[in-house]
Amino acid sequence: MPDEALHVHEPYQTAAQQAEADTMGMYVFLATEVMLFGGLFAAALMLRTVHHDEVIAASRQLHIWIGTANTVLLLTSSLFVATAVVAARTGTRRLCAGGLIGGAVLGLCFMALKAVEYYSEYREGHLPGFGLPAHFSNGAEHLFMNLYLIATGLHAFHLAVGIVLLLSLAARVLWTSFPLPERSITVTLFGLYWHLVDVIWIFLFPVLYLAR
Amino acid sequence: MTSERADYADLPGAAGYGESEAIQKSYLRAGHTLRSWFLTTDHKRIAILYLISVTFFFFVGGAAAALIRADLLTPQGDLLSNEGYNRAFTLHGVIMVWFFLIPSIPTTFGNFLIPLMIGARDLAFPRLNLLSWYIYVLGGLCTIYVLISGGVDTGWTFYTPLSSMFSNGHVVMAATAVFIVGFSSILTGLNFIVTVHKLRCPGMSWGRLPLFVWSHYATSVILVLATPVLSITLALIAAERVFQLGIFDPALGGDPLLYQHLFWFYSHPAVYIMVLPALGVISELITAAARKPIFGYWFVAGSSIAIALLAFLVWGHHMFVAGQSMYASEIFSFLSLAVAVPSGIKVYNWTATLYKGHISLDPPFLFAMGFVGLFVVGGLTGLILAMVAIDVHVHDTYFVVAHFHYIMVGGTVSAFFGALHYWWPKITGRLYNLVWGRVTAVLIFVGFNLTFFPQFILGYLGMPRRYHVYDPHLQVLNDMSSSGAAILAVAYLIPFVYLFYSLRYSPAAPANPWDVTGLEWTVPSPPPKHNFDEIPVVTTKPYNYPVEQKGDGDA
Amino acid sequence: MSAHIRLMVAVWLGLLLLLALTVGLSFLPLGDLSPLASTGIAAAKAALVVWFFMHLRQDSGIIRLVALAAVVWIAILLTLPWIDFSSRHWL
Repeated sequence: MPDEALHVHEPYQTAAQQAEADTMGMYVFLATEVMLFGGLFAAALMLRTVHHDEVIAASRQLHIWIGTANTVLLLTSSLFVATAVVAARTGTRRLCAGGLIGGAVLGLCFMALKAVEYYSEYREGHLPGFGLPAHFSNGAEHLFMNLYLIATGLHAFHLAVGIVLLLSLAARVLWTSFPLPERSITVTLFGLYWHLVDVIWIFLFPVLYLAR
Repeated sequence: MTSERADYADLPGAAGYGESEAIQKSYLRAGHTLRSWFLTTDHKRIAILYLISVTFFFFVGGAAAALIRADLLTPQGDLLSNEGYNRAFTLHGVIMVWFFLIPSIPTTFGNFLIPLMIGARDLAFPRLNLLSWYIYVLGGLCTIYVLISGGVDTGWTFYTPLSSMFSNGHVVMAATAVFIVGFSSILTGLNFIVTVHKLRCPGMSWGRLPLFVWSHYATSVILVLATPVLSITLALIAAERVFQLGIFDPALGGDPLLYQHLFWFYSHPAVYIMVLPALGVISELITAAARKPIFGYWFVAGSSIAIALLAFLVWGHHMFVAGQSMYASEIFSFLSLAVAVPSGIKVYNWTATLYKGHISLDPPFLFAMGFVGLFVVGGLTGLILAMVAIDVHVHDTYFVVAHFHYIMVGGTVSAFFGALHYWWPKITGRLYNLVWGRVTAVLIFVGFNLTFFPQFILGYLGMPRRYHVYDPHLQVLNDMSSSGAAILAVAYLIPFVYLFYSLRYSPAAPANPWDVTGLEWTVPSPPPKHNFDEIPVVTTKPYNYPVEQKGDGDA
Repeated sequence: MSAHIRLMVAVWLGLLLLLALTVGLSFLPLGDLSPLASTGIAAAKAALVVWFFMHLRQDSGIIRLVALAAVVWIAILLTLPWIDFSSRHWL
């Protein structure tokens, strides 16, 4: 396959070199995302170290089964996206699009469940900030819920971006002459991003919901 | 362009005062429209865009410094109000750190030179490179907005709970500006890392890379791993102010030290972002001036990596008196002493490189020598500050202010000027007047020391930083410092005259006016848009100067 | 390709199992072992996702180094402040 079809552009010499550079670039970007959330995990660790009992009590009040269900949704969405990447590399367009759409749909289910969860927390008076009427037993619980909202909110933002990326890519695979497997690197890169959002949730879930 | 030749009219390639063929075929003339500049993906043009922007912000930050030094001429706070003074030093810090020092060398000389030095046609992600400039400009515009609407008074460090709860300045907008420009940093670092890994030309092994590239690689590691932590920290401050979602509020059990840990986790490595590229520049300038291979190449290269790694382990030395645990403080103190070792290695190796070299006293070399002297003073005082028992007395005094200015200004800004004077012919295709270059270098060195050395004494005598009211018996030292600042200001402005003059009136520069090694000197000055007609193949070691052996004839 | 997908499904089942384990353990009175257990299991889940779903097992050494660097650096960010907070009140 000539390099023009593989869309090799300056300054690269070969498609393989370009694909490697793209993959490395994405991994470096993912490392920055890890450090971004790292600040929140550091805050969580501090809170837990200094206000041990209050944090555990606050964690118990979160909806563990919603959190668990959401984890299942994300893990499954990763399965779908990983399948899409495999399909992209073998040129199986419909499976690829199906995997991407499936992953995005599960991501949307996650967001819906999260909205339900936020709403019930609001009703219980546990959702802080924004001038909402919230009642906390102690300062540390308030801090914990602040962190919970910030962390899950930032995660949800990243998830939303991922959903848009997956759906737009699925549309390109289905309805344009997007060349697969020649440009499977794009599917791979979007997939890497999605999996990282999953990994972040894998750590957020026990830190927030399972502090005992 | 050795100092034996005062008159450069007889240089090879000094074809007269018109535009040479090289200039006409260069990246500078490849496209005349605004679009060809503002939508360029050519790393060389992007470097020029950055050069203009960072220079602009250098002078805005410098104006703030002028206000500060003017106010400090008298012991009373009579030029600015207390609030106004707070806003002046905050603006000075925010602009100088994030809009000048951090981008300065990497986005200008790094962008321009790295592809040339490794034999590539461009960086790994040219469009991301352009995006990083636009992000920088956006952040800059937000900062200008903050400036015009009254500024912010928290200091560039945005400590909580002042910043998150009590300040009535434009904290959120300032935090947003810095958040935005952080992405510019991250993208630049990402680009450099992938470029150095994936785009080296055949034969350009890691052991043949110029030390400038090694130091930019190390800087890029810091850029990508530290900056996101700043991003989340600023976002947390904004969340507390805008959404009342805070985790630093002491009344709720939050800890201001959590903020400081998060902030300094980035900001200490950030100072190495500011100095590592400068160290790389100096390695180039010294080998070029001495016309000798660098002494201990692998030690110098490795020291850049070591600095980048150790940089992340020392931040707590900013918090010795903040309430940090004594045990953590001791760990940070020890590691802070350790991080000085690789810097020391560089200085020893530079000195050994100069030993028995054929030194020419051209402007780049003078800037490099100024750098070494000032960097050593700054570094030694850093060791002093790293010791808890001393820091307890001089923390938050002018001793600290002097220390970091010796490194940032005496160091990085000197290196920036050195780089400018060394690579100017390559970037613009023009030679410049060396005499004026030497005058500038000396004037900067004198003005700098007059400005900042008294500050060590002021700090030792107890003058706190960020105060514009001080004990009258300290006025003489303050006035010396302010006078030095005036000299520095003049010294920084002089290059505008002779360098701009050179663009129009100086002879064209040959490909290798300094007669030095390095792939960037094998292409015309200025380079064509595609850098190399054919991708080079490297077969020699770096800094491949002939080294005299014992008995090789007399001098 | 179907072998590959079977592998993905097996990994997914493993992830669900680990999830069940971590939720189950949270109901037991593990005391100070609880955060270690939950973080350890999360690390195992993340490792599965990164190694198989993100196919790190097929990628080159430098890519793995980048992934490792992210882990090491977040460890630094978590560990040193923790040393401060937990040793504040000693002596």
